[in-house]
Amino acid sequence: MSTTHVQLDPQGRLLHFLTVEGLTRRHLTEILDTAESLHSVAERRVKKLPTLHGKTVVNLFFEASTRTRTTFELAAKRLSADVLNLNIATSSAVKGESLLDTLRNIEAMQCDMFVVRHVQSGAAEFIARHVKPHIAVLNAGDGRHAHPTQAMLDVFTIRRHKPDFPNLQVAIVGDILHSRVARSLIHALSILGTGAIRVIAPRTLLPAHVENLGVQVFHDLAYGLRDVDVVVMLRLQRERMESALLPSEQEFFQRYGLTGERLALARPDALVMHPGPINRGVEIDSRVADGPQSVILEQVTNGIAVRMAIMSITLGNHARPLEETA
Amino acid sequence: MRIAIRGGRVIDPAQQLDTVTDLFIAAGRIAGIGEPPADFVAEQLIDATGRIVCPGLIDLCARLREPGQEHKATIASEARAAAAGGITTVVCPPDTDPVIDEPAVVELIRRRAKAAGQTRVLTLGALTHRLRGEHLAEMAALRDAGCLGVSDGGRTIASSRVLRRALEYAATFNLTVFLTPLDPELGQGLAHEGQVATRLGLSGIPVAAETGIIARDLELIRDLGVRVHFGRLSSARAVELVARARADGLPVSADTAIHHLHLSEIDLSGFDSRCHLRPPLRGLRDLEALRAGLASGVLGALCSDHQPHEPDAKQAPFGDTEPGLSGLETLLALSLRLARDGVLPLSTLLERLTCGPARILGLDSGHLGIGASADVCIFDPDAEWRLTPDTLRSQGQNSPFLGWSLQGQVTHTLFEGRLVYARDAHD
Repeated sequence: MSTTHVQLDPQGRLLHFLTVEGLTRRHLTEILDTAESLHSVAERRVKKLPTLHGKTVVNLFFEASTRTRTTFELAAKRLSADVLNLNIATSSAVKGESLLDTLRNIEAMQCDMFVVRHVQSGAAEFIARHVKPHIAVLNAGDGRHAHPTQAMLDVFTIRRHKPDFPNLQVAIVGDILHSRVARSLIHALSILGTGAIRVIAPRTLLPAHVENLGVQVFHDLAYGLRDVDVVVMLRLQRERMESALLPSEQEFFQRYGLTGERLALARPDALVMHPGPINRGVEIDSRVADGPQSVILEQVTNGIAVRMAIMSITLGNHARPLEETA
Repeated sequence: MRIAIRGGRVIDPAQQLDTVTDLFIAAGRIAGIGEPPADFVAEQLIDATGRIVCPGLIDLCARLREPGQEHKATIASEARAAAAGGITTVVCPPDTDPVIDEPAVVELIRRRAKAAGQTRVLTLGALTHRLRGEHLAEMAALRDAGCLGVSDGGRTIASSRVLRRALEYAATFNLTVFLTPLDPELGQGLAHEGQVATRLGLSGIPVAAETGIIARDLELIRDLGVRVHFGRLSSARAVELVARARADGLPVSADTAIHHLHLSEIDLSGFDSRCHLRPPLRGLRDLEALRAGLASGVLGALCSDHQPHEPDAKQAPFGDTEPGLSGLETLLALSLRLARDGVLPLSTLLERLTCGPARILGLDSGHLGIGASADVCIFDPDAEWRLTPDTLRSQGQNSPFLGWSLQGQVTHTLFEGRLVYARDAHD
């Protein structure tokens, strides 16, 4: 019935990775620890492990993306998988062909894993419910719903600098309403027992009853940033002005943009994060994005190890027969 | 055909009748209750012992998909489903293809329904031409062709100017206007704007998308004297607005769909596309208020809001699916659950399914008075059954109630004095 059941096997192991919501600290720690051990691979001269040798990973992108797709591709290749990239713009390309038909066709190519991005919330779960049982599905972003690998690389990055989650205050700033990154990150931080999670945005960019997700709501950036250990800035899309959610980029930057002055209100060693791509001068000042507290590029690097970890774990759980741990 | 229905508990809310007695039918009409008319010799006997005999149900909103969407359902297929649900009259909104904005379409539907012969299909005519909300439809001609009222189906007229004139024009011809209030701008969304939509990342439809339009419409009709019926209310505040308007003496009525009394936003968990509905399933407080509104009579009718779909229409990520559920065959059983839960007495409940909607339509029907058309529903109030795809007669299998255990099952349906459904024959 709920999402957690689809992505877990009867023993509670991850078969797919669709959402962080409903997972346990054990699941997250396993991913983070595995990612930690894989992180060093990138520093080797030969950056490959044989883990997924002979497996085929399909990047099934119904919505455009460069960065996420690339890091998934690199992650799969470093695990020695064969990778197929399919970019299917929902609007034009597959007129007449249903999502299920598309899936059946790609399934027929004998793949082992789908990495899915789709404009509709719930698309990854829909796909996971309908693929053949040997295929693992990773959610690379579904509508406003979830972007769980991004959340995992974010908490991985935080943990490398500040591992004591119960004593952390994390602020997430900007367009929470449309952000799958924010939703997944809030769940991940909650599961890890983070001391306080704040969201900072004007009312037009906050979803209804957001406080029920276990966050504190702030409308004033200066007030909300006080004493935080981590600041996560979200990307602001231009369309938000056209749909009457904001008056202008200028006013948004004035009120909610992260400048050096505002960052000074946070802890002196506060981390500055951003899922990218950055709009310089809209949600974040260039000097902050490139400054000493920024770990934005580190997030990108960490994304590869985290995705390698999630790929290994889910495909590993598919390979293992159920009786083994029963 | 002369039929005697023996030994059932006859409940006819219009006559405030609730007693174990016999019902006699001749020449398609109710010929007697308790006492047969003189010289009555039954050609067929129906033993209704232990069962409830009531007027056939009247469903204020069912989309039969014909003409225009025969891949989803047809009048013939859905009329059979209605008969199995104890429904002897369905009201079809005008958003067919072509739209019911000319008499020829009314005639086409009438012919197909007559050929099916399972249930009475009444039509609402268009309020505006092509339902576009710009120019008035030929309402007088539609009325003469047999339309019982006018409506723009699921659409809301954005222009207050056009709506006001449409209301005035409808009033000229004594037509009731059927509105389903949802703001075309604010109503763009996939789910009730609440905590479930927030979690699932589905775009929200606030309650104000419904209440803002009701408030506007109520002000527009205040001085016009036009009869307006608000269909498919979904929120507590909508019930309040209509209650106040009725207390003020405005000629307004309202209904809700049965599923809004049993499901809420919580049922969307797991992105269940069968619960993708318009108006959306709302919070539990709304559900309770709708139940209370049904009990108090602010909501004078319960309907199925039947919208059958082909499987593909629901087999996609939530936002790519079509809204609506298949509801004809669960209307009665889900309604009976309300009486069992103590929401309202059984006779009041049956009133909301029979003479209540008839009154809204301006019809003298939905009762078992002598001489009335013999539209009768006989059900076993205790029979337990499970809704499965094989039990559904509708071409649309898109019911969120599949797998539910239901209590109360139609055993016989008579339409114009003919037995159009008998469960025993299907066992």
